[in-house]
Amino acid sequence: MIGRVIPHPVLSAALVLMWLCLTAFSLGHLLLGTLISLVAGWAVNYLHPPRPRFRRWSAIPQLAGIVLIDIIRSNIAVARILTLGPDHPSYHSGFIELHLRLRDPNAIAVLAIILNGTPGTAWLEYEHQDGRLLLHVLDLRSDADWQSLIRDRYETLLMEIFE
Amino acid sequence: MRHLETLPPWAAILIAVFVMIGATMTLLGGLGIVRLKGYYQRLHAPTLGYSGGTGLIILASMLMFSLLEGRWIVHELMIGTFIMITSPITLLMLGRAALRRDRDAKLGHDEIVPPMLRAPVMPQPDEASATAPAPAAAPPDRPHR
Amino acid sequence: MSADILRFALAYAQIALILALALACWRMLRGPRAQDRVLGLDTMYINAMLLFLVIGMGNGNVFFFEGALVIAVLGFVTTVSAAKFLMRGEVIE
Repeated sequence: MIGRVIPHPVLSAALVLMWLCLTAFSLGHLLLGTLISLVAGWAVNYLHPPRPRFRRWSAIPQLAGIVLIDIIRSNIAVARILTLGPDHPSYHSGFIELHLRLRDPNAIAVLAIILNGTPGTAWLEYEHQDGRLLLHVLDLRSDADWQSLIRDRYETLLMEIFE
Repeated sequence: MRHLETLPPWAAILIAVFVMIGATMTLLGGLGIVRLKGYYQRLHAPTLGYSGGTGLIILASMLMFSLLEGRWIVHELMIGTFIMITSPITLLMLGRAALRRDRDAKLGHDEIVPPMLRAPVMPQPDEASATAPAPAAAPPDRPHR
Repeated sequence: MSADILRFALAYAQIALILALALACWRMLRGPRAQDRVLGLDTMYINAMLLFLVIGMGNGNVFFFEGALVIAVLGFVTTVSAAKFLMRGEVIE
């Protein structure tokens, strides 16, 4: 019954929150926002996206903290590289190919947002049959093993949350 | 600009530092987009403005208007969340489009890109020419940019 | 004193953002390929949005925020449809 009225509870809650952020809080706006978010939830239900299932909510703040720290660190690293100028010998960029164990499409979408949101890595192509991923990295250090970096920092946590 | 005088000194200094670092980050991204040589390197430059620049300027704006109005103003978080979700998507689309265009033999290469991760199962006429060696066609007079 | 520092910081931020806007515009006009132009356009949208936010802070006016939000939304839609066009040659398949 609840599933029929609110098919996407997380989406609807986020929409109500957004509505209240954009307007001042009042009872009328709360009602209007709830109505709009319910209608949006029904509309999304007709598009049949794969429904996200969160297994462990407690790992989400941990992941958010890791991502925040990484964004700040890679901002500083990329700013340093950009001040060095093009074709400086102390860095070289290139393509790398990785293998992902994640299979859940929502988890892969979150991983794509994380990797593209942090400066210095760009997600280019993903092949979902055997989970291969093509990245372009601005500072491709020879000693850094990107496969284990991504596996240890993001993939394990994402698998705990989604699978 | 009378409203700037009403801010407490610590807040004014903090906002000034945030705004200056954020604007400098964005300027560095702009410099990178002009100076870097290859397209895939240039793809990394604007992310500096998307993450660092946007985050710091939004923090400064939130702090300033919250102190001026005397209540929590969280409008700017909307922009922050929006940019955080959409800018990876635009970069992903641009990267995939560039990869596809660079692999297309008809458009002419100036970047060396790795081959396709998976050969197409049912090669369509236009995709077959992109992966297989191009048939002996007359080179176009003007390369398609 | 602190207000003067803030005023200087806001002026500096506006100049830096306009410079960044001009650099991205140069990349958009120069090319060399179509994807470079789209990348420059997307950077211009974000820089214009940040410039709106900074101008709003200088004026103490919250309404510049609405403009910044509209620019952010427009920039996203523009860039995604342009990238889609580059990828397939048509926007709607």
